Amino acid sequence: MSETAGTAPSPRALQPGHFVDTAPFDAGHSEPLGSGDERLYRASAFKLIWWKFKRHRLAMISAIVLAAMYAMLPFIETIAPYGLTKRNGDFLYAPPQGIHLFHEGSLQRPFVYPYAFKFNLETFRRDYVVDRTRPQPIRFLCRGDSYDFLGLIPADFHLVCPPENGTMFILGTDRLGRDLFSRILYGARISLTVGLVGIAVSFALGLFFGGLAGYVGGWVDNVIQRVIEILRSLPELPLWLALSAALPPNWSPLLVFFGITIILGLLDWPGLARAVRSKLLSLREEDFVRAAELMGASRKRIIARHLIPNFMSHLIASATLSIPSMILGETALSFLGLGLRPPITSWGVLLNEAQNLAAVNLHPWLLFPIAPVVIVVLAFNFMGDGLRDAADPYH
Amino acid sequence: MIVYLARRFVTMAVTLLVISALVFFIIKLPPGDFLTNQIAELRAQGEAASAAKAEFLIRQYGLDRPVWEQYLVWIGVWPGPQGFAGLLQGDWGWSFEYDKPVQLVVGDALWLTLLINLATVLFVHAVAIPIAIYSATHQYSLGDYVATLFGYLGLAIPNFLLALVLLFYVNRWFGVSIGGLFDPIYSNDPWTWAKVKSLLQHMIVPTLVIGLAGTAAMIRRMRANLLDELNKQYYVTAKAKGLPPTRALLKYPFRMSLNPFIADIGNLLPNLVSGSVLVSLVLNLPTVGPILLSALKSQDQFLAGFILMFVAVLTVVGMLVSDLLLAWLDPRIRLGGR
Repeated sequence: MSETAGTAPSPRALQPGHFVDTAPFDAGHSEPLGSGDERLYRASAFKLIWWKFKRHRLAMISAIVLAAMYAMLPFIETIAPYGLTKRNGDFLYAPPQGIHLFHEGSLQRPFVYPYAFKFNLETFRRDYVVDRTRPQPIRFLCRGDSYDFLGLIPADFHLVCPPENGTMFILGTDRLGRDLFSRILYGARISLTVGLVGIAVSFALGLFFGGLAGYVGGWVDNVIQRVIEILRSLPELPLWLALSAALPPNWSPLLVFFGITIILGLLDWPGLARAVRSKLLSLREEDFVRAAELMGASRKRIIARHLIPNFMSHLIASATLSIPSMILGETALSFLGLGLRPPITSWGVLLNEAQNLAAVNLHPWLLFPIAPVVIVVLAFNFMGDGLRDAADPYH
Repeated sequence: MIVYLARRFVTMAVTLLVISALVFFIIKLPPGDFLTNQIAELRAQGEAASAAKAEFLIRQYGLDRPVWEQYLVWIGVWPGPQGFAGLLQGDWGWSFEYDKPVQLVVGDALWLTLLINLATVLFVHAVAIPIAIYSATHQYSLGDYVATLFGYLGLAIPNFLLALVLLFYVNRWFGVSIGGLFDPIYSNDPWTWAKVKSLLQHMIVPTLVIGLAGTAAMIRRMRANLLDELNKQYYVTAKAKGLPPTRALLKYPFRMSLNPFIADIGNLLPNLVSGSVLVSLVLNLPTVGPILLSALKSQDQFLAGFILMFVAVLTVVGMLVSDLLLAWLDPRIRLGGR
């Protein structure tokens, strides 16, 4: 204390107007960090990405919607009011039944009005007449069609069931009298996993070939680049058509499912491989890689600690953006009858029934599976946009 | 320039060669072929005479030879049963399903496919450029938001589903069928003015449907490009020197933002062609799409192979054109050397 006081000039000795701080000089001292900045500087890359992503509101909502959808998949049997193949022979092509809350002006539990159908001898169609006198309350948390929960435990518990001795076709029925709403829920299982399996195939191929091209370089790079160019100049759909037509007709529907996803992945990897290659090439030149090299880090450590984490976020973002094209591809193929086949049910398989104008004109509710396709595709696009913006937290 | 052109043509030829091999082997992947299936069927029905004809066709088209030999015969570099007669010689093979040469089966469909794709490319550019310019110069205005919304919708709604929905509503509201490419009354007529008019009317919906996704993507990209350019100093300088705003916009930033636009034709084309195949199936357009689907299903190998090759040539040539346009538009791109 006395030491510092002795070395510092006394304020009185200074000329007026020249201010000198009397506090002792501290070499380690600098601008104090705000608590927020401190948090920002110490955060890991992953945390930064998460914060940035959270700010993108549309992407956040989409992520929640998608997470909810995927979380639902194992419990479809419980959520859907009807079983996948449950036929209601008396209600072929029944139009959607509305869920009502008010009967003759008074509020009730949710209920439906039952259908009575009569056969129209002039048009040879079934005309469904709504019977507005008898409201039938919908049952919740109830016993209905039996199923195997997770494929193991026999159960018959449902979240929602049709009323006692009644029906509840929220989105109508198809030509065999199967409830479209339940079938759309079951279809989600296939349609949503196709994208994931397909992207896994494409991701593995893209990572391998892109990594090879970017890392080895030379003629390998050249060959892979040419192959990518050729594959990218091919119109995807006709090739998908040709490949799926080539799947043996005696394959089981499950094998066909894997065949189709692999086909979708096989033609999708060039885009990813390109991204991997260019990212690798540019990252190799970055200062932090040079620094790690100078500090004597091994090649393995540089790749694992510095390269992969840095381009993974980009890759995941671009993979997210290419999932919708897979889902659409599967939908298109199944729609044309070249993709998945019943009894496997996907949204494309459901839309297959809505292929001709006559069906669409008489039974427009068969077009409902379009809605989940559009929602999922939009959600993946928004989420992918958000991820891509957040992928580079340091810029 | 000549060196560059020659190099591009050589790459194009190699690309097409690889594609042709890929296409042929994919088509040959499923066991058997159209004729062996047919022979089995005819034998089962006890029609030995027809089966003999089919066997004659097998020999005629060399289907009893190994696959690689069949491929070489098909592209025309190996002597087949009729000598050199393959794609290179302009002999497109025989459609077993229609029992006609492929030429006659595809006929008009080729031109209509070309026409639709050309119309779609023009449509995409004609619509996307003005909207993108407006969107970028009036950033965050109402019009910009509408364009952005339209862009997202165009991105998310798969065009064949859009075609399906349009088919439904147009039929319900206006009572007209939008399927087909001209009124059925003209189907066997020679090309007259009335038929052409009918064709043009029917082309509106398919062009719109196929082009929507491409338009949406282009608007988004062009808007982003233009916004980047609008902040650059040369544009500010041009405006500060007193150049009228429209002229300044069109002369500098617009031209700059057009580059990726034309380079994008290469990306756009494969998508458009894919889209047109699907939409043709839904709207029942007489393009190569429906023929391709049925040919693939019945293993009509020469027909399917030819159509796939045609589609590939369409894309590859389109990419070449876009590269040449780009080179012509942007003097900074050096041809030839690296």
